[in-house]
Amino acid sequence: MSQHELNLQSSEPQKPLSMNPKKFAFWLFLVTVLMIFAALTSAYIVRRADGGWLEFQLPSIFWLNSVIIVVSSITMQLAYFAAKKDSLEKTKLYLLITSLLGLAFLVGQFYAWGDLVEIKVFFGGKGSNPSGSFLYVLTGLHGLHLISAVIFLWVVFAQSFKYKVHSKSMLVIECCTTYWHFLGGLWIYLFGFLLLNH
Amino acid sequence: MSVAESHLHDHHDDHEHDHHDLPWIKKYVFSEDHKVIAKQYLISGIIWAIIGGGLSLLFRLQLAYPDANFDWLKPLLGGWIQNGKLDPEFYLALVTMHGTIMVFFVLTAGLSGTFSNFLIPLQIGARDMASGFLNMLSYWFFFVSGVIMLCSLFIETGPAGGGWTVYPPLSALPQAISGSGLGMTLWLISMALFIVSTLLGGLNYITTVINLRTNGMSFLRMPLTIWAFFITAIIGLLSFPVLFSAALLLIFDRTFGTSFFLSDIYIAGQALSFEGGSPVLFQHLFWFLGHPEVYIVLLPALGITSEIVATNSRKPIFGYKAMIGSMLAIAFLSFIVWAHHMFISGMNPFLGSIFMFLTLIIAVPSAVKAFNYITTLWRGNIIFTPAMLFSIGLVSFFISGGLTGIVLGNSAADIQLHDTYFVVAHFHIVMGSASFFGMLAGVYHWFPKMFGRMMDEKLGYVHFWITFIGVYMVFFPMHYIGIAGFPRRYYSFTGFDFTQSFTDLTQIITIAAIVTFAAQFIFLFNFFFSIFKGRRATENPWRSNTLEWTTPVEPGHGNWPGAIPTVYRWAYDYSKPGAEDDFIPQNVPFSETKGSNFPHENEQMVAEAESIHGK
Ligand code: HEM
Ligand SMILES: [Cu+2]
Repeated sequence: MSQHELNLQSSEPQKPLSMNPKKFAFWLFLVTVLMIFAALTSAYIVRRADGGWLEFQLPSIFWLNSVIIVVSSITMQLAYFAAKKDSLEKTKLYLLITSLLGLAFLVGQFYAWGDLVEIKVFFGGKGSNPSGSFLYVLTGLHGLHLISAVIFLWVVFAQSFKYKVHSKSMLVIECCTTYWHFLGGLWIYLFGFLLLNH
Repeated sequence: MSVAESHLHDHHDDHEHDHHDLPWIKKYVFSEDHKVIAKQYLISGIIWAIIGGGLSLLFRLQLAYPDANFDWLKPLLGGWIQNGKLDPEFYLALVTMHGTIMVFFVLTAGLSGTFSNFLIPLQIGARDMASGFLNMLSYWFFFVSGVIMLCSLFIETGPAGGGWTVYPPLSALPQAISGSGLGMTLWLISMALFIVSTLLGGLNYITTVINLRTNGMSFLRMPLTIWAFFITAIIGLLSFPVLFSAALLLIFDRTFGTSFFLSDIYIAGQALSFEGGSPVLFQHLFWFLGHPEVYIVLLPALGITSEIVATNSRKPIFGYKAMIGSMLAIAFLSFIVWAHHMFISGMNPFLGSIFMFLTLIIAVPSAVKAFNYITTLWRGNIIFTPAMLFSIGLVSFFISGGLTGIVLGNSAADIQLHDTYFVVAHFHIVMGSASFFGMLAGVYHWFPKMFGRMMDEKLGYVHFWITFIGVYMVFFPMHYIGIAGFPRRYYSFTGFDFTQSFTDLTQIITIAAIVTFAAQFIFLFNFFFSIFKGRRATENPWRSNTLEWTTPVEPGHGNWPGAIPTVYRWAYDYSKPGAEDDFIPQNVPFSETKGSNFPHENEQMVAEAESIHGK
């Protein structure tokens, strides 16, 4: 009987997608995040085409932040590779560096808001313009997601101390890596978008 | 049956199967079993339908009898009745709540939540959803969202009153209307939670359909119900985040003084500080969700109908692949037609004609579906179960409401018809009634699997005929009123001369609405009575092909006591020439139906045999 089972399973046109359901659901979650930002950037374009748009210089610290987040993506990937090779000490180290870089990025974004206030670009209230408000919303929402990613990193970090992250148990760190790259990519997209549409 | 019964699937490794020792609260309240969650959605949906329907009767009374004394409603509405009259702002709140509740809570959560949850695992041959926990979370987000919406009905300033589409500036400025105060805040919170619930649900449906199908259940063997739920979930996943963004920006406008949607507004001679916003932007964002949403509401009902019509015509569904294709086409097109709701928003007329063109294309896949239903019915051995009647009713509504859609889709005609009762008639027939009928059909059809008992057929027939005639009595006259120019969402028409001659018609509509609403209590009685006292069902009372009917009368946790059946054929082998029975379930291999196999199926049979005995 069990022989039959095995054979049938291989001959039936089944399970074309052998992706882990949890991982798959996680990817779908990323799609919803992507749609939120797609909606906001489209709204930005539509609104900007209407005129009455306040033009201002983007804070130059965005450049530095972009470099930080790209580097953090590299260290994240290194952590992933290290886990795959079961070098757990390295994994921990890279996870730590990544989360610190993530925090540095967040601090940098906060400074960027300070710069904006300095040149009198406000989120709301009298004298605010949608062009500024959009910038706050885009960076703020991205920042919120990044905070969740940092917390996720810490969860993985904590798990790595309990020997739950290694070459045979990669799901969590894999999702975390994906999320991190996704948010990094998302920032690069947003920054490029803002540079082009300003 | 050795092959069909052979054990191909091990239980999910990460799943607890003996539910007997679970505490009561995890079994019936915070359950992770998809069947229990489906019933939770169903009961919630029913409660919301009663509330939402009841609200509509209140404003229908006002419309038909503007001069009557409504003091008798005071026990229910309290201060909203002043000097025997319904408060005009509360009228708007009633309309808004009716729309929101019906579209989102009844026809989105109640319909998809019930049937996607119940049928996806059962029909694709899975023990449960991909993540029972997320599924439970999805229901409880919906529950909390509902509680908040319900609370907003009872606050002093009243619930949101800007229409279910909550256009700013009306919805953004508490000074504009009392409902835009706390009521609107609660509306936004509730909807944000609702969106989270829908996304969690949708995520689960998609993942389950893609990853957990049983052996042999290829995409082209999936029942059309599953296709419909699957496509619905994808549409939801892509469009609800956009509504979320719109709601977020609206929240910022309301509380942080941004001006995304507001500009140059004077209230009572006072200039507000908002500058540079665009209310049309909100309409774009809203309808980018709003139009796909109407298909989120309709597609599951269409899927349910496909299944019921094929089963009860004892015929294969006509054009299975065309059905899938047209659903995919509808899903795709639904994302690029949203501006047909905005023809007179001041949009560029050239852009309008592009959207008109795209909109009219949707009529093609819609017509394909309608024709396929009719050709499936054509010369079938039709069995008129209540479920079948409601499905046929759906097809009728889909056609008559779709036709008026084509009228509205012409941007020139829409100048006259926009925001009149013609639009109200259109969408209540094609969306409201059609989806509602799909939901009722689904309940009648799958009741035996849900509760192990049958609903009473006679009561079902009475319920159907009153509801079917009632719906047309309510919504058909609205076309004329709309063409005559009655605007929607007006508290009273008696101020205009031209409207006087239609008073009789509005009264007929209201009376028909009351009768139709009352008829739903026949259903409610039948439903709750049959849960406890109905005739006991058999495993497969409708002699149907899909996998859920291979489970025990009342499937337990994990759905199949033994192994999950393997699938060898599509779901529509009804009345196959040469077959012993007029149905062949999906889990019967071709080797057992030699008399009725087509040549290519015989080839498949050889492959089956080789795979078993080959080694
Ligand atoms: C042949 C297909 C259809 C076409 C061409 C069509 C076209 C339209 C147009 C142009 C409008 C805007 C009318 C106005 O506000 O002036 C409209 C409104 C509406 N349609 Fe359709 N429609 C079609 C099918 C459907 C279906 C299948 C549904 C739902 C299942 C639906 C639901 C709605 C709703 C809910 C509204 C009104 C929303 C509101 O303003 O509150 N339509 N339709
Ligand atoms: Cu539409």
